[in-house]
Amino acid sequence: MSRDGVLRVTDLVKRFGGFFALGGLSFHVSPGEILGLVGPNGSGKTTAINVISGLYAPDGGSVTFDDAAIGGTVSHKLVHLGINRTFQVPKPFLSLTVRQNVEVARAYGGRRAGATVTDDLLAEYRLAEYADRPAADLNSVQQKLLDLVRALATRPRLLLLDELAAGLNPTELDWISSKIKALAQRGTAIIVVEHLMGFIAQVTDRVIVMNAGKEIFEGTLAVAVQVPQVIEVFLGGEHAA
Amino acid sequence: MLRDFIRHFSLIVVPLVAVFAVLPAVYDNHLLLFNFVIFLALAQGVNIIYGFTGYLPFGYVGFFGAGAYGFAIVVMHLNAPALVAVAIAGLVAVLLGLLLTPLLRLTGAYFSIANLAAALAVLHFVANPALEAVTRGPYGVSLTGTFNPTMAYATALGILALTLAIVVFLKNSSFGLALQAVREDPVSAAMAGVPVVRMRVIAWLASALVAGLAGGAFAWYVSVFYPDNVFSSEFSIFAIVFALFGGVATIVGPIIGVLILYGVYNLIGFTTPQYFQLIYGLLIMGLVLFLPAGLVSLATRRGWHVP
Repeated sequence: MSRDGVLRVTDLVKRFGGFFALGGLSFHVSPGEILGLVGPNGSGKTTAINVISGLYAPDGGSVTFDDAAIGGTVSHKLVHLGINRTFQVPKPFLSLTVRQNVEVARAYGGRRAGATVTDDLLAEYRLAEYADRPAADLNSVQQKLLDLVRALATRPRLLLLDELAAGLNPTELDWISSKIKALAQRGTAIIVVEHLMGFIAQVTDRVIVMNAGKEIFEGTLAVAVQVPQVIEVFLGGEHAA
Repeated sequence: MLRDFIRHFSLIVVPLVAVFAVLPAVYDNHLLLFNFVIFLALAQGVNIIYGFTGYLPFGYVGFFGAGAYGFAIVVMHLNAPALVAVAIAGLVAVLLGLLLTPLLRLTGAYFSIANLAAALAVLHFVANPALEAVTRGPYGVSLTGTFNPTMAYATALGILALTLAIVVFLKNSSFGLALQAVREDPVSAAMAGVPVVRMRVIAWLASALVAGLAGGAFAWYVSVFYPDNVFSSEFSIFAIVFALFGGVATIVGPIIGVLILYGVYNLIGFTTPQYFQLIYGLLIMGLVLFLPAGLVSLATRRGWHVP
Protein backbone atom coordinates (compact mmCIF):
# COMPACT_ATOMS: atom_id res chain seq x y z
CA MET A 1 0.00 0.00 0.00
CA SER A 2 2.99 2.32 0.51
CA ARG A 3 3.04 2.47 -3.31
CA ASP A 4 0.11 4.87 -3.28
CA GLY A 5 0.24 6.77 -0.07
CA VAL A 6 1.64 7.69 3.30
CA LEU A 7 -1.89 8.65 4.33
CA ARG A 8 -4.99 6.80 3.20
CA VAL A 9 -8.50 7.82 4.20
CA THR A 10 -11.25 5.31 3.44
CA ASP A 11 -15.01 5.90 3.76
CA LEU A 12 -14.41 8.31 6.62
CA VAL A 13 -17.52 9.31 8.57
CA LYS A 14 -17.81 12.07 11.18
CA ARG A 15 -21.18 12.89 12.71
CA PHE A 16 -22.15 15.86 14.88
CA GLY A 17 -25.51 14.79 16.29
CA GLY A 18 -27.60 14.02 13.21
CA PHE A 19 -25.38 16.02 10.88
CA PHE A 20 -22.87 14.10 8.76
CA ALA A 21 -19.89 16.47 8.43
CA LEU A 22 -18.07 13.65 6.65
CA GLY A 23 -20.21 11.07 4.89
CA GLY A 24 -17.78 8.53 3.49
CA LEU A 25 -14.72 10.50 2.40
CA SER A 26 -11.88 8.62 0.68
CA PHE A 27 -8.53 9.84 -0.62
CA HIS A 28 -4.81 9.31 -0.22
CA VAL A 29 -1.61 11.37 -0.25
CA SER A 30 1.87 10.18 -1.20
CA PRO A 31 5.23 11.33 0.15
CA GLY A 32 6.37 14.50 -1.60
CA GLU A 33 2.91 15.19 -2.96
CA ILE A 34 0.89 18.35 -2.38
CA LEU A 35 -2.80 17.58 -2.33
CA GLY A 36 -5.38 20.37 -2.38
CA LEU A 37 -8.61 19.91 -0.48
CA VAL A 38 -11.19 22.30 -1.91
CA GLY A 39 -14.92 22.69 -1.71
CA PRO A 40 -17.57 25.18 -0.62
CA ASN A 41 -17.96 26.25 3.01
CA GLY A 42 -19.29 23.41 5.14
CA SER A 43 -18.17 20.70 2.76
CA GLY A 44 -16.08 19.07 5.50
CA LYS A 45 -12.53 20.13 4.64
CA THR A 46 -11.55 21.31 8.11
CA THR A 47 -13.42 18.41 9.73
CA ALA A 48 -11.32 16.04 7.62
CA ILE A 49 -8.14 17.78 8.83
CA ASN A 50 -9.38 17.66 12.43
CA VAL A 51 -10.05 13.92 12.24
CA ILE A 52 -6.70 13.18 10.60
CA SER A 53 -4.85 15.24 13.23
CA GLY A 54 -6.66 13.53 16.11
CA LEU A 55 -8.87 16.38 17.33
CA TYR A 56 -11.96 14.28 16.59
CA ALA A 57 -12.35 10.53 16.62
CA PRO A 58 -13.94 9.21 13.42
CA ASP A 59 -17.45 7.67 13.61
CA GLY A 60 -16.77 5.29 10.73
CA GLY A 61 -14.28 4.38 8.05
CA SER A 62 -10.54 4.28 8.50
CA VAL A 63 -7.47 6.47 8.47
CA THR A 64 -4.11 4.78 7.93
CA PHE A 65 -0.66 6.33 8.12
CA ASP A 66 2.20 4.14 6.87
CA ASP A 67 -0.33 1.27 6.76
CA ALA A 68 -1.09 1.61 10.50
CA ALA A 69 -4.62 2.50 11.57
CA ILE A 70 -4.55 5.88 13.33
CA GLY A 71 -8.27 6.76 13.54
CA GLY A 72 -9.04 7.99 17.06
CA THR A 73 -5.38 8.21 18.14
CA VAL A 74 -4.73 11.23 20.36
CA SER A 75 -3.01 14.21 18.76
CA HIS A 76 0.32 14.16 20.56
CA LYS A 77 0.90 10.54 19.55
CA LEU A 78 0.13 11.41 15.92
CA VAL A 79 2.67 14.23 16.19
CA HIS A 80 5.23 11.67 17.34
CA LEU A 81 4.34 9.50 14.33
CA GLY A 82 5.04 12.44 12.04
CA ILE A 83 1.73 14.21 11.46
CA ASN A 84 1.34 17.92 12.11
CA ARG A 85 -0.84 20.81 11.09
CA THR A 86 -1.56 24.53 11.20
CA PHE A 87 -4.87 26.08 12.19
CA GLN A 88 -7.28 28.22 10.22
CA VAL A 89 -7.29 30.69 13.11
CA PRO A 90 -3.68 30.55 14.35
CA LYS A 91 -3.25 29.16 17.86
CA PRO A 92 0.13 30.20 19.23
CA PHE A 93 1.00 30.13 22.95
CA LEU A 94 0.34 33.84 23.34
CA SER A 95 2.23 34.61 26.56
CA LEU A 96 5.30 32.58 25.61
CA THR A 97 8.00 34.09 23.45
CA VAL A 98 8.15 33.19 19.77
CA ARG A 99 11.27 31.13 20.42
CA GLN A 100 9.64 29.30 23.36
CA ASN A 101 6.66 28.47 21.13
CA VAL A 102 9.02 26.54 18.89
CA GLU A 103 11.17 25.15 21.70
CA VAL A 104 8.15 23.34 23.18
CA ALA A 105 7.56 21.57 19.88
CA ARG A 106 11.23 20.73 19.55
CA ALA A 107 11.38 19.31 23.06
CA TYR A 108 8.13 17.35 22.86
CA GLY A 109 7.76 16.72 19.13
CA GLY A 110 9.21 13.28 19.69
CA ARG A 111 11.02 12.80 16.40
CA ARG A 112 14.71 13.45 17.09
CA ALA A 113 15.08 17.04 16.02
CA GLY A 114 18.46 16.68 14.27
CA ALA A 115 18.75 19.32 11.61
CA THR A 116 16.05 21.65 12.88
CA VAL A 117 17.51 24.50 14.85
CA THR A 118 14.93 26.88 16.26
CA ASP A 119 16.72 30.03 15.18
CA ASP A 120 17.27 28.74 11.64
CA LEU A 121 13.60 27.91 11.30
CA LEU A 122 12.59 31.31 12.68
CA ALA A 123 14.94 33.06 10.28
CA GLU A 124 13.66 31.02 7.33
CA TYR A 125 10.09 32.09 8.08
CA ARG A 126 10.96 35.72 8.80
CA LEU A 127 10.32 35.55 12.54
CA ALA A 128 13.91 35.83 13.81
CA GLU A 129 13.62 39.47 14.86
CA TYR A 130 10.60 38.65 17.05
CA ALA A 131 12.18 35.59 18.67
CA ASP A 132 12.24 37.04 22.19
CA ARG A 133 8.89 38.84 22.02
CA PRO A 134 5.64 37.23 23.24
CA ALA A 135 3.72 35.57 20.43
CA ALA A 136 0.83 37.92 21.28
CA ASP A 137 2.86 40.75 19.70
CA LEU A 138 2.79 39.11 16.25
CA ASN A 139 0.26 40.08 13.59
CA SER A 140 -2.06 37.40 12.27
CA VAL A 141 0.09 36.47 9.27
CA GLN A 142 3.12 36.09 11.52
CA GLN A 143 1.07 33.99 13.93
CA LYS A 144 0.14 31.71 11.02
CA LEU A 145 3.80 31.38 10.14
CA LEU A 146 4.59 30.63 13.78
CA ASP A 147 1.97 27.85 13.67
CA LEU A 148 3.79 26.51 10.62
CA VAL A 149 7.23 26.79 12.22
CA ARG A 150 5.96 25.02 15.34
CA ALA A 151 4.62 22.23 13.14
CA LEU A 152 7.89 22.02 11.18
CA ALA A 153 9.91 21.83 14.40
CA THR A 154 8.41 18.37 14.95
CA ARG A 155 9.69 17.32 11.48
CA PRO A 156 6.37 16.09 10.10
CA ARG A 157 6.15 13.62 7.22
CA LEU A 158 2.55 14.64 6.71
CA LEU A 159 1.69 18.31 7.03
CA LEU A 160 -1.87 19.62 7.03
CA LEU A 161 -2.21 23.30 6.17
CA ASP A 162 -5.64 24.72 6.98
CA GLU A 163 -6.07 28.00 5.07
CA LEU A 164 -2.50 29.06 5.53
CA ALA A 165 -2.69 31.46 2.57
CA ALA A 166 -5.78 33.42 3.63
CA GLY A 167 -4.79 36.97 4.54
CA LEU A 168 -1.40 36.89 2.82
CA ASN A 169 -0.54 39.53 0.23
CA PRO A 170 0.48 38.45 -3.31
CA THR A 171 4.21 38.70 -2.60
CA GLU A 172 3.85 36.66 0.57
CA LEU A 173 1.73 34.13 -1.35
CA ASP A 174 4.48 33.56 -3.92
CA TRP A 175 7.02 33.27 -1.16
CA ILE A 176 5.01 30.79 0.94
CA SER A 177 4.12 28.65 -2.08
CA SER A 178 7.80 28.26 -2.93
CA LYS A 179 8.39 27.26 0.70
CA ILE A 180 5.62 24.67 0.59
CA LYS A 181 6.91 23.23 -2.69
CA ALA A 182 10.41 22.99 -1.26
CA LEU A 183 9.04 21.07 1.74
CA ALA A 184 7.31 18.63 -0.59
CA GLN A 185 10.47 18.19 -2.63
CA ARG A 186 12.18 17.03 0.54
CA GLY A 187 9.57 14.27 0.81
CA THR A 188 6.90 15.73 3.05
CA ALA A 189 3.34 14.84 2.09
CA ILE A 190 1.23 17.99 2.30
CA ILE A 191 -2.52 18.57 2.34
CA VAL A 192 -3.58 22.13 1.63
CA VAL A 193 -7.07 23.31 2.52
CA GLU A 194 -7.66 26.59 0.77
CA HIS A 195 -10.24 28.86 -0.83
CA LEU A 196 -7.74 30.82 -2.93
CA MET A 197 -7.85 28.94 -6.25
CA GLY A 198 -4.82 30.77 -7.63
CA PHE A 199 -2.79 29.51 -4.71
CA ILE A 200 -4.19 25.98 -5.13
CA ALA A 201 -3.27 26.06 -8.82
CA GLN A 202 0.22 27.27 -7.96
CA VAL A 203 1.14 24.67 -5.34
CA THR A 204 -0.91 21.50 -5.69
CA ASP A 205 -0.16 18.41 -7.76
CA ARG A 206 -3.69 17.12 -7.41
CA VAL A 207 -6.95 18.27 -5.83
CA ILE A 208 -9.87 16.59 -4.14
CA VAL A 209 -13.09 18.55 -4.53
CA MET A 210 -15.44 17.98 -1.64
CA ASN A 211 -19.14 18.57 -1.28
CA ALA A 212 -21.33 17.67 1.69
CA GLY A 213 -18.68 15.52 3.35
CA LYS A 214 -17.70 13.48 0.28
CA GLU A 215 -15.19 13.75 -2.54
CA ILE A 216 -16.85 14.50 -5.88
CA PHE A 217 -13.73 14.91 -7.98
CA GLU A 218 -10.11 13.88 -7.93
CA GLY A 219 -7.49 15.11 -10.36
CA THR A 220 -5.76 18.33 -11.34
CA LEU A 221 -7.38 21.71 -10.74
CA ALA A 222 -7.25 22.49 -14.48
CA VAL A 223 -9.49 19.49 -15.15
CA ALA A 224 -11.65 20.12 -12.09
CA VAL A 225 -12.85 23.50 -13.36
CA GLN A 226 -14.21 21.81 -16.52
CA VAL A 227 -16.31 19.30 -14.62
CA PRO A 228 -20.02 20.27 -14.49
CA GLN A 229 -20.53 18.75 -11.03
CA VAL A 230 -17.65 20.83 -9.61
CA ILE A 231 -18.95 24.01 -11.24
CA GLU A 232 -22.38 23.27 -9.87
CA VAL A 233 -21.30 23.03 -6.22
CA PHE A 234 -19.17 26.15 -6.45
CA LEU A 235 -21.28 28.44 -8.60
CA GLY A 236 -24.78 26.92 -8.68
CA GLY A 237 -26.60 24.74 -11.22
CA GLU A 238 -27.23 27.39 -13.89
CA HIS A 239 -23.48 27.78 -14.55
CA ALA A 240 -22.90 24.11 -15.28
CA ALA A 241 -22.38 23.42 -18.96
CA MET B 1 18.91 25.61 31.56
CA LEU B 2 20.83 23.70 34.23
CA ARG B 3 22.94 26.81 34.81
CA ASP B 4 19.80 28.92 35.32
CA PHE B 5 18.39 26.29 37.64
CA ILE B 6 21.50 26.42 39.83
CA ARG B 7 21.57 30.23 39.66
CA HIS B 8 17.92 30.63 40.64
CA PHE B 9 18.25 28.04 43.35
CA SER B 10 21.33 29.59 44.93
CA LEU B 11 20.23 33.22 44.55
CA ILE B 12 16.56 32.89 45.57
CA VAL B 13 15.85 29.63 47.35
CA VAL B 14 18.98 29.30 49.49
CA PRO B 15 18.92 32.88 50.88
CA LEU B 16 15.19 32.73 51.63
CA VAL B 17 15.41 29.42 53.44
CA ALA B 18 18.59 30.56 55.26
CA VAL B 19 16.87 33.73 56.50
CA PHE B 20 13.93 31.75 57.84
CA ALA B 21 16.33 29.26 59.42
CA VAL B 22 18.11 32.02 61.35
CA LEU B 23 15.10 34.20 62.26
CA PRO B 24 13.82 32.05 65.17
CA ALA B 25 17.07 32.81 66.99
CA VAL B 26 16.50 36.56 66.85
CA TYR B 27 12.73 36.89 66.71
CA ASP B 28 10.44 35.55 69.41
CA ASN B 29 7.15 35.07 67.62
CA HIS B 30 7.90 31.60 66.29
CA LEU B 31 4.30 30.86 65.38
CA LEU B 32 4.29 33.85 63.06
CA LEU B 33 7.50 32.69 61.39
CA PHE B 34 6.05 29.21 61.03
CA ASN B 35 2.92 30.61 59.39
CA PHE B 36 5.08 32.59 56.99
CA VAL B 37 6.88 29.41 55.95
CA ILE B 38 3.59 27.55 55.51
CA PHE B 39 2.09 30.33 53.39
CA LEU B 40 5.26 30.61 51.31
CA ALA B 41 4.92 26.91 50.52
CA LEU B 42 1.15 27.08 49.89
CA ALA B 43 1.44 30.13 47.63
CA GLN B 44 4.04 28.28 45.56
CA GLY B 45 1.77 25.23 45.51
CA VAL B 46 -0.94 27.44 44.01
CA ASN B 47 1.69 28.78 41.63
CA ILE B 48 2.40 25.26 40.36
CA ILE B 49 -1.20 24.46 39.53
CA TYR B 50 -2.51 27.93 38.64
CA GLY B 51 0.56 29.76 37.38
CA PHE B 52 1.86 27.00 35.18
CA THR B 53 -1.31 25.10 34.36
CA GLY B 54 -4.15 27.63 34.61
CA TYR B 55 -6.38 25.82 37.10
CA LEU B 56 -7.43 28.12 39.96
CA PRO B 57 -7.85 25.84 43.00
CA PHE B 58 -10.43 27.47 45.30
CA GLY B 59 -10.48 24.25 47.31
CA TYR B 60 -6.73 24.03 47.68
CA VAL B 61 -7.13 23.76 51.47
CA GLY B 62 -8.67 20.31 50.92
CA PHE B 63 -5.17 18.91 50.35
CA PHE B 64 -3.80 20.84 53.33
CA GLY B 65 -6.52 19.53 55.66
CA ALA B 66 -6.21 16.02 54.26
CA GLY B 67 -2.49 16.19 54.97
CA ALA B 68 -3.06 17.44 58.52
CA TYR B 69 -5.51 14.62 59.22
CA GLY B 70 -3.30 12.08 57.47
CA PHE B 71 -0.56 13.10 59.91
CA ALA B 72 -2.91 12.99 62.91
CA ILE B 73 -4.38 9.59 62.09
CA VAL B 74 -1.08 7.74 61.67
CA VAL B 75 0.27 9.39 64.81
CA MET B 76 -2.84 8.61 66.88
CA HIS B 77 -3.49 5.08 65.66
CA LEU B 78 -0.08 3.77 64.59
CA ASN B 79 2.21 5.85 66.78
CA ALA B 80 4.14 6.75 63.64
CA PRO B 81 7.23 8.94 64.08
CA ALA B 82 6.43 12.55 63.16
CA LEU B 83 8.67 12.71 60.08
CA VAL B 84 7.15 9.52 58.67
CA ALA B 85 3.71 10.95 59.41
CA VAL B 86 4.55 14.12 57.44
CA ALA B 87 5.54 11.96 54.46
CA ILE B 88 2.25 10.11 54.80
CA ALA B 89 0.44 13.46 54.94
CA GLY B 90 1.91 14.22 51.53
CA LEU B 91 0.90 10.79 50.27
CA VAL B 92 -2.68 11.21 51.51
CA ALA B 93 -2.96 14.51 49.64
CA VAL B 94 -1.57 12.93 46.46
CA LEU B 95 -4.14 10.12 46.75
CA LEU B 96 -6.89 12.70 47.22
CA GLY B 97 -5.49 14.50 44.18
CA LEU B 98 -5.69 11.27 42.16
CA LEU B 99 -9.28 10.81 43.29
CA LEU B 100 -10.07 14.34 42.10
CA THR B 101 -8.31 14.14 38.71
CA PRO B 102 -11.68 14.03 36.89
CA LEU B 103 -12.09 17.67 37.99
CA LEU B 104 -9.38 18.55 35.47
CA ARG B 105 -11.92 17.95 32.71
CA LEU B 106 -13.50 21.21 33.83
CA THR B 107 -11.97 24.58 33.08
CA GLY B 108 -12.13 28.11 34.45
CA ALA B 109 -14.69 28.94 37.13
CA TYR B 110 -16.31 25.50 36.82
CA PHE B 111 -13.10 23.85 37.95
CA SER B 112 -12.70 26.32 40.83
CA ILE B 113 -16.24 25.76 42.08
CA ALA B 114 -15.99 21.98 41.81
CA ASN B 115 -12.67 22.07 43.63
CA LEU B 116 -14.22 24.19 46.41
CA ALA B 117 -17.06 21.70 46.73
CA ALA B 118 -14.57 18.82 46.86
CA ALA B 119 -12.68 20.48 49.72
CA LEU B 120 -15.93 20.96 51.64
CA ALA B 121 -16.83 17.33 51.03
CA VAL B 122 -13.49 16.22 52.51
CA LEU B 123 -14.05 18.52 55.51
CA HIS B 124 -17.48 17.09 56.22
CA PHE B 125 -16.21 13.56 55.72
CA VAL B 126 -13.46 14.10 58.27
CA ALA B 127 -15.71 16.01 60.68
CA ASN B 128 -18.45 13.38 60.55
CA PRO B 129 -19.22 12.30 64.16
CA ALA B 130 -19.77 8.75 62.88
CA LEU B 131 -16.03 8.59 62.17
CA GLU B 132 -15.10 9.68 65.68
CA ALA B 133 -13.13 6.48 66.27
CA VAL B 134 -10.86 7.29 63.31
CA THR B 135 -10.69 11.08 62.96
CA ARG B 136 -12.16 12.22 66.31
CA GLY B 137 -14.87 13.77 64.15
CA PRO B 138 -15.78 17.37 65.00
CA TYR B 139 -14.11 17.16 68.41
CA GLY B 140 -10.63 17.74 67.06
CA VAL B 141 -7.35 15.99 67.65
CA SER B 142 -4.67 16.42 70.29
CA LEU B 143 -1.22 15.08 69.43
CA THR B 144 0.80 15.78 72.53
CA GLY B 145 3.10 12.81 71.93
CA THR B 146 4.81 14.29 68.89
CA PHE B 147 4.83 17.92 70.06
CA ASN B 148 8.14 19.43 68.96
CA PRO B 149 7.81 22.91 67.41
CA THR B 150 11.52 23.20 66.62
CA MET B 151 11.58 20.03 64.53
CA ALA B 152 8.22 20.85 62.97
CA TYR B 153 9.53 24.27 61.95
CA ALA B 154 12.67 22.73 60.44
CA THR B 155 10.52 20.25 58.54
CA ALA B 156 8.32 23.04 57.22
CA LEU B 157 11.46 24.80 55.99
CA GLY B 158 12.51 21.61 54.24
CA ILE B 159 9.09 21.42 52.59
CA LEU B 160 9.42 25.04 51.50
CA ALA B 161 12.84 24.29 49.98
CA LEU B 162 11.39 21.29 48.13
CA THR B 163 8.45 23.35 46.85
CA LEU B 164 10.72 26.13 45.65
CA ALA B 165 12.95 23.57 43.95
CA ILE B 166 9.89 22.30 42.04
CA VAL B 167 9.03 25.84 40.94
CA VAL B 168 12.63 26.62 39.96
CA PHE B 169 12.61 23.41 37.92
CA LEU B 170 9.34 24.38 36.20
CA LYS B 171 10.71 27.81 35.43
CA ASN B 172 13.88 26.41 33.87
CA SER B 173 12.84 23.25 32.09
CA SER B 174 11.09 22.26 28.91
CA PHE B 175 8.66 20.45 31.21
CA GLY B 176 7.59 23.77 32.74
CA LEU B 177 7.48 25.36 29.30
CA ALA B 178 5.22 22.58 28.05
CA LEU B 179 2.91 23.08 31.06
CA GLN B 180 2.62 26.76 30.19
CA ALA B 181 1.91 25.80 26.59
CA VAL B 182 -0.93 23.60 27.83
CA ARG B 183 -2.24 26.52 29.89
CA GLU B 184 -2.15 28.81 26.85
CA ASP B 185 -3.74 26.45 24.34
CA PRO B 186 -4.22 22.73 25.00
CA VAL B 187 -4.98 21.93 21.34
CA SER B 188 -1.82 23.60 20.09
CA ALA B 189 0.15 22.02 22.92
CA ALA B 190 -1.00 18.58 21.77
CA MET B 191 0.14 19.49 18.24
CA ALA B 192 3.54 20.37 19.72
CA GLY B 193 3.63 16.75 20.88
CA VAL B 194 2.84 17.51 24.54
CA PRO B 195 0.84 14.81 26.34
CA VAL B 196 -1.70 17.29 27.70
CA VAL B 197 -3.61 15.11 30.16
CA ARG B 198 -0.51 13.57 31.71
CA MET B 199 1.13 16.99 32.17
CA ARG B 200 -1.94 18.42 33.89
CA VAL B 201 -2.20 15.45 36.24
CA ILE B 202 1.49 15.69 37.18
CA ALA B 203 1.19 19.41 38.00
CA TRP B 204 -2.02 18.78 39.94
CA LEU B 205 -0.45 16.01 42.02
CA ALA B 206 2.70 18.06 42.63
CA SER B 207 0.64 20.93 44.02
CA ALA B 208 -1.41 18.46 46.09
CA LEU B 209 1.82 16.99 47.49
CA VAL B 210 3.04 20.44 48.55
CA ALA B 211 -0.21 21.26 50.38
CA GLY B 212 -0.35 17.81 51.99
CA LEU B 213 3.21 18.04 53.32
CA ALA B 214 2.52 21.57 54.56
CA GLY B 215 -0.65 20.31 56.27
CA GLY B 216 1.34 17.54 57.94
CA ALA B 217 3.95 19.99 59.23
CA PHE B 218 1.15 22.29 60.41
CA ALA B 219 -0.51 19.45 62.34
CA TRP B 220 2.81 18.58 63.90
CA TYR B 221 3.50 22.19 64.90
CA VAL B 222 0.11 23.12 66.38
CA SER B 223 -0.62 19.55 67.64
CA VAL B 224 -4.18 20.49 68.73
CA PHE B 225 -6.71 21.37 66.05
CA TYR B 226 -10.26 20.94 64.82
CA PRO B 227 -11.49 20.16 61.30
CA ASP B 228 -12.56 23.79 60.87
CA ASN B 229 -9.01 24.98 61.59
CA VAL B 230 -7.19 22.92 58.99
CA PHE B 231 -9.96 23.09 56.38
CA SER B 232 -10.47 26.84 56.81
CA SER B 233 -11.09 28.46 53.43
CA GLU B 234 -8.72 31.18 54.64
CA PHE B 235 -5.81 28.94 53.63
CA SER B 236 -7.04 28.67 50.04
CA ILE B 237 -7.92 32.34 49.77
CA PHE B 238 -4.69 33.61 51.32
CA ALA B 239 -2.51 31.30 49.27
CA ILE B 240 -4.27 32.33 46.05
CA VAL B 241 -4.29 36.05 46.84
CA PHE B 242 -0.62 36.04 47.87
CA ALA B 243 0.39 34.18 44.70
CA LEU B 244 -1.68 36.44 42.44
CA PHE B 245 -0.54 39.61 44.22
CA GLY B 246 3.11 38.86 43.55
CA GLY B 247 2.57 37.34 40.12
CA VAL B 248 2.26 33.71 39.15
CA ALA B 249 4.39 31.65 36.75
CA THR B 250 7.45 33.23 38.34
CA ILE B 251 9.63 32.10 41.24
CA VAL B 252 9.79 35.40 43.09
CA GLY B 253 6.20 36.59 42.54
CA PRO B 254 4.49 34.42 45.18
CA ILE B 255 7.40 35.03 47.58
CA ILE B 256 6.97 38.80 47.27
CA GLY B 257 3.20 38.38 47.62
CA VAL B 258 3.49 36.46 50.88
CA LEU B 259 6.14 38.73 52.40
CA ILE B 260 4.18 41.91 51.63
CA LEU B 261 0.57 40.85 52.13
CA TYR B 262 1.08 38.50 55.05
CA GLY B 263 3.45 41.09 56.50
CA VAL B 264 0.78 43.79 56.21
CA TYR B 265 -1.78 41.39 57.63
CA ASN B 266 0.32 40.83 60.72
CA LEU B 267 1.37 44.46 61.12
CA ILE B 268 -2.12 45.93 61.13
CA GLY B 269 -4.40 42.92 61.13
CA PHE B 270 -4.23 42.41 64.87
CA THR B 271 -3.65 45.91 66.18
CA THR B 272 -6.31 47.69 64.13
CA PRO B 273 -8.44 45.05 62.44
CA GLN B 274 -11.03 47.64 61.38
CA TYR B 275 -8.47 49.39 59.13
CA PHE B 276 -6.88 46.16 58.08
CA GLN B 277 -9.92 44.92 56.19
CA LEU B 278 -10.24 48.28 54.46
CA ILE B 279 -6.58 48.43 53.47
CA TYR B 280 -6.53 44.80 52.39
CA GLY B 281 -9.63 45.26 50.27
CA LEU B 282 -8.27 48.39 48.61
CA LEU B 283 -4.92 46.71 47.98
CA ILE B 284 -6.53 43.75 46.26
CA MET B 285 -8.95 45.93 44.24
CA GLY B 286 -6.08 48.11 43.09
CA LEU B 287 -4.12 45.06 42.09
CA VAL B 288 -6.93 43.52 40.07
CA LEU B 289 -7.63 46.83 38.33
CA PHE B 290 -4.10 47.98 37.59
CA LEU B 291 -1.79 45.00 37.88
CA PRO B 292 -3.78 41.88 37.00
CA ALA B 293 -0.55 39.99 36.34
CA GLY B 294 0.78 40.81 39.81
CA LEU B 295 3.52 43.04 41.16
CA VAL B 296 6.16 41.42 38.98
CA SER B 297 4.39 42.79 35.91
CA LEU B 298 5.73 46.23 36.94
CA ALA B 299 9.08 44.84 35.83
CA THR B 300 8.01 42.56 32.97
CA ARG B 301 6.09 45.43 31.35
CA ARG B 302 9.39 47.25 31.02
CA GLY B 303 10.84 44.22 29.31
CA TRP B 304 12.86 43.15 32.34
CA HIS B 305 13.15 39.46 32.86
CA VAL B 306 11.74 38.28 36.19
CA PRO B 307 12.80 34.84 37.38
